[in-house]
Amino acid sequence: MTASRAAKSVLALSQQEELVDLPEDCPLNVSEDEEDSDGERKHQKLLETISSLDGKNRHKVAERSEASLKVSEFNVSAEGSGEKLVLADLLEPVKTSSSLSLATVKKQLNRVKSKKTVELPLHKEEIERIHREVAFNKTSQVLSKWDPIVLKNRQAKQLVFPLEKEQSAFAPIEHVLSGWTARTPLEQEVFNLLHKNKQPVTDPLLTPMEKASLKAMSLEEAKMRRAELQRARALQSYYEARARREKKIKSKRYHKIVKKEKAKRALKAFEQLRKVNPAAALEELKKIEKARMMERMSLKHQNSGKWAKSKAIMAKYDLEARQAMQEQLAKNKELTQKLQVASESEEEERGAEETEELLVPDVVNEVQMNPDGPNPWMLRSCTRDIKEAEAHEDPEELPDPVAHEVSESEGDERPVAEEEILLKEVEERRSLRRRSELSQDAEPVGSQETKDSSSQEVLSELRALSQKFKKNHQSRKPKASSVSTGHQVQREEPALEEEEPLLLQRSKRVQTVEELEELEKEECSQNQEFLRPGLKGQQLERNPNNLPNAPKEKKKKEQMIDLQNLLSTKSPSVKSLAVPTTLEEMDDEEERDQKQMIKEAFAGDDVIRDFLKEKRESMEASKPKDVDLTLPGWGEWGGMGLKPSTKKRRRFLIKAPEGPPRKDKNLPNVIINEKRNIHAAAHQVQVLPYPFTHHSQFERTIQTPIGSTWNTQRAFQKLTTPKVVTKPGHIIKPIKPEDVGYRSSSRSDLSVMQRNPKRLSASHKKQLKKNSVD
Amino acid sequence: MKVKMLSRNPDTYVRETKLDLQKVPRNYDPTLHPFEVPREYVRALNATKLERVFAKPFLASLDGHRDGVNCLAKHPKSLATVLSGACDGEVKIWNLSQRKCIRTIQAHEGFVRGICTRFCGTSFFTTVYTGIDHHWKEPLFATCGQQVDIWDEQKTNPICSMTWGFDSISSVKFNPIETFLLGSCASDRNIVLYDMRQATPLKKVILDMRTNTICWNPMEAFIFTAANEDYNLYTFDMRALDTPVMVHMDHVSAVLDVDYSPTGKEFVSASFDKSIRIFPVARSQSREVYHTKRMQHVICVKWTSDNKYIMCGSDEMNIRLWKANASEKLGVLTSREKAAKDYNQKLKEKFQHYPHIKRISRHRHLPKSIYSQIQEQRIMKEARRRKEVNRLKHSKPGSVSIVSKKKKHIVAVVK
Repeated sequence: MTASRAAKSVLALSQQEELVDLPEDCPLNVSEDEEDSDGERKHQKLLETISSLDGKNRHKVAERSEASLKVSEFNVSAEGSGEKLVLADLLEPVKTSSSLSLATVKKQLNRVKSKKTVELPLHKEEIERIHREVAFNKTSQVLSKWDPIVLKNRQAKQLVFPLEKEQSAFAPIEHVLSGWTARTPLEQEVFNLLHKNKQPVTDPLLTPMEKASLKAMSLEEAKMRRAELQRARALQSYYEARARREKKIKSKRYHKIVKKEKAKRALKAFEQLRKVNPAAALEELKKIEKARMMERMSLKHQNSGKWAKSKAIMAKYDLEARQAMQEQLAKNKELTQKLQVASESEEEERGAEETEELLVPDVVNEVQMNPDGPNPWMLRSCTRDIKEAEAHEDPEELPDPVAHEVSESEGDERPVAEEEILLKEVEERRSLRRRSELSQDAEPVGSQETKDSSSQEVLSELRALSQKFKKNHQSRKPKASSVSTGHQVQREEPALEEEEPLLLQRSKRVQTVEELEELEKEECSQNQEFLRPGLKGQQLERNPNNLPNAPKEKKKKEQMIDLQNLLSTKSPSVKSLAVPTTLEEMDDEEERDQKQMIKEAFAGDDVIRDFLKEKRESMEASKPKDVDLTLPGWGEWGGMGLKPSTKKRRRFLIKAPEGPPRKDKNLPNVIINEKRNIHAAAHQVQVLPYPFTHHSQFERTIQTPIGSTWNTQRAFQKLTTPKVVTKPGHIIKPIKPEDVGYRSSSRSDLSVMQRNPKRLSASHKKQLKKNSVD
Repeated sequence: MKVKMLSRNPDTYVRETKLDLQKVPRNYDPTLHPFEVPREYVRALNATKLERVFAKPFLASLDGHRDGVNCLAKHPKSLATVLSGACDGEVKIWNLSQRKCIRTIQAHEGFVRGICTRFCGTSFFTTVYTGIDHHWKEPLFATCGQQVDIWDEQKTNPICSMTWGFDSISSVKFNPIETFLLGSCASDRNIVLYDMRQATPLKKVILDMRTNTICWNPMEAFIFTAANEDYNLYTFDMRALDTPVMVHMDHVSAVLDVDYSPTGKEFVSASFDKSIRIFPVARSQSREVYHTKRMQHVICVKWTSDNKYIMCGSDEMNIRLWKANASEKLGVLTSREKAAKDYNQKLKEKFQHYPHIKRISRHRHLPKSIYSQIQEQRIMKEARRRKEVNRLKHSKPGSVSIVSKKKKHIVAVVK
């Protein structure tokens, strides 16, 4: 037994060694099962293995010594212990047969050899676990598409349930009408009308005529018609686009030109009409007259609108505004001017040329019209233009009248007394002249020469008048300190007049010599600028854009002076007061800082005293105060230095009751603040509520009122919208993918399940089989 | 001289009809209206008080069953129709507007364990299995017992059965949004989710105690709430089962049933402690508790699909109808009433943190048993907490791990 045991131990050892080299090899298990028949053989083998332990011929193949009928299942593999079967060995006999097939077989075998063995199938539970995990991941993915919707719904300010929108089905009007009959008289009347005209009430919405035309049209016709329509549409769109483009143009000049063109065209048309059809022309005229009447009735162009008022305010400062106002007024005049139509008795015999003269508005009459054509239309529309045209035509000839004319037009707005008188004179003369003309010119005068001569006369008169004007202004000059002569002055009359008092005031204020000097200089320069009469004035007239520059400059200068004045007068006193005090303060602060630092360095000493002082102060503050109701001088003499008598004071002094003892009365080192009101505390929030992160946030939400007492109706409604709104009597269904814009899965759950037969239950499978067999 | 006259447009002060309110022009300049906050505070206080005054939630009791009501079902198309199954196998169909029983059917010999209606409302299913639920779109339904079976309405055998573990399953519910999902709870304390399409369970979460039933949120596909025996309700996100989104605790006995409001913002739970409670989904404390003297253990509860009412069936054979919002005025409201209601609601919300208002709005009368139990449990909870704190304090740092309140009740999540 001992020997066998020893052998066993050796065996075990050998086994270990063998295992190192040949892991699959386990031949020595054989020794463990003890069978009598194999006893000897085993022993033999044992000896062999022991002998092979020395290492030389370890891998000696154990050979079967004898054939036996009964081959143990344990023995079979044991015999080939140390060896692996190599494919090449098996192929050796094949070699001899055929070399070609051998090669292919070898290849195939190699391929087979390269393939790994199939792994063992996993445990069933393991497989299920994997299945579950995969399925879970899949479903989580599917579910995560709901994340944004859920988030949105949670944060929504208002949710209205049921979520799905009820589709309002649009029923065509015919369907709605079909069940409806006319009942009221009005309805019946309307229907009668419709029926009379054979208007379709129900579907299709085509009249019989339309139907017929539709039917009648052949294909080609229809095509042609379509093409025509298309062209028309294209043209229309083109013109529309053009009109839009033109409308957008901001240039005033452009618009002026366009207007002129229009007027010209209208004129031409009118003339033609006059020639061809005088009755129609008269009609036109009447129309114009009516328009004039309308204009007179309306408040348009009367300087009473919002725009005009604003412009009137601005007119003081802005030349353009002034001009705009003037333009408006002129327009008003133009539009409201009565046209003296040649229907009066005297003019009937005369030619159109003369009537034209009379048609010219009174105000503009100072310059003779250029009688292009004898028509009132022209006169009406172009009165203003003509003025300018005149000025352009002969500026050299008529420098003064032009200027005068302008001044006169200015005068309309703000009439200066003298100017008014002059104007009256002009008017008188003009009327006189006209009368004389009327009386003199009995024969029809169509020539321009006579006209020119008459205009010359007028011009001379005007010149004389303008001279007077000049004189007037020169005489005024010495009165106003800074006023200069010239045509410009006339233009700026209103502005200057307003500025005069200002200037005067300033002159009073100004005290220093330097300033006076400055002022003088400035005046000089102004005079130099403005003393240019005549030519310069004309230039300015022609391009009114230049005009604003002069007054602006002047104003600027005045302003500068003002500023300087102020600065120079005030600054020194301020400085003299301020500077030294600040310096002192600085010094003080520095010292104090130093002291402070020292104090801080030795601060420990005073703490207790400070505290006691503080406590005393707080006690004093919390003590109820006496109320003194004495009225000095009541019932006795009063006045400076007299005090109410002590008796009286005692009588009217209400002593405050002594309050409850302080809680920190006996606690020398503590100050207990007793200001807290417990009654109020019941209504105060102690801790900052959850969603808020800072008390100021919370306070803000509390302090914004939401009631309609403090908010407008709309704000109130907005502030009080409930978070969830449900309609009464409506069933709220679970949310659906369609409700939120997702596509619901096209396949139903059932169909998916049926496509997944391996997962069907065993019984169901059986049933399926049965069904198939049947 | 120009005389300036004062003139007013009558539109600003004349009302259109005499039924209108008088028009009062008002200057909203805040400097003219001091004390806005105190005034609103008083209004809020009054609104809160009035809310408590008008809080009368109980509407009706439907009696007629001869045994405890075991299950309830809503009609999917009609708001007024409700089905109930009793413990004696009787099924009754009720009309809520008339508060009458329309029909009585002896469905089973034993308990009617489960009842569900078809999505079209034409038929309903009852079961003697432990639970039943109908698919939301297709002619399928699921039952549970030893396993979850999916049945085709036309076939006698289940078309699919899914199982995980060997315990009896007490309830199964279809997800109303992603309709192929199912949730079930078994008596071995777990909640299992299934995917019907792939015919496989997905995940299992094991809690401290048994879950009686679950309910899916009808507006949020991945949220469900489980009613547990440990007096709590757990709201889970299906994708992260290891931590519940919220633990709702106010009941003092096992929670037997739970149902979501159709808006998905709140749910109602029925408990063995003879009360039902309404919880907001995002809060752990209940907003409302309903009870009556005669109501015994509440077994089933349902929130009607118009979000207005709650029904509960209890042991003592009655079905009770409650208002979901205790102080809500029923019937059609005029626009002014509506505006006032909204304003009061906003005021209450605005000042809800003020102690006085908070106290009034939270005040509820409770039966003595529940009240004392709440006190008792508060003490127990406090003791437990104290012990935990002490343990943490007196042990070696790091040796005692702190488990959050939410995670405490989760035993494991099995994949």
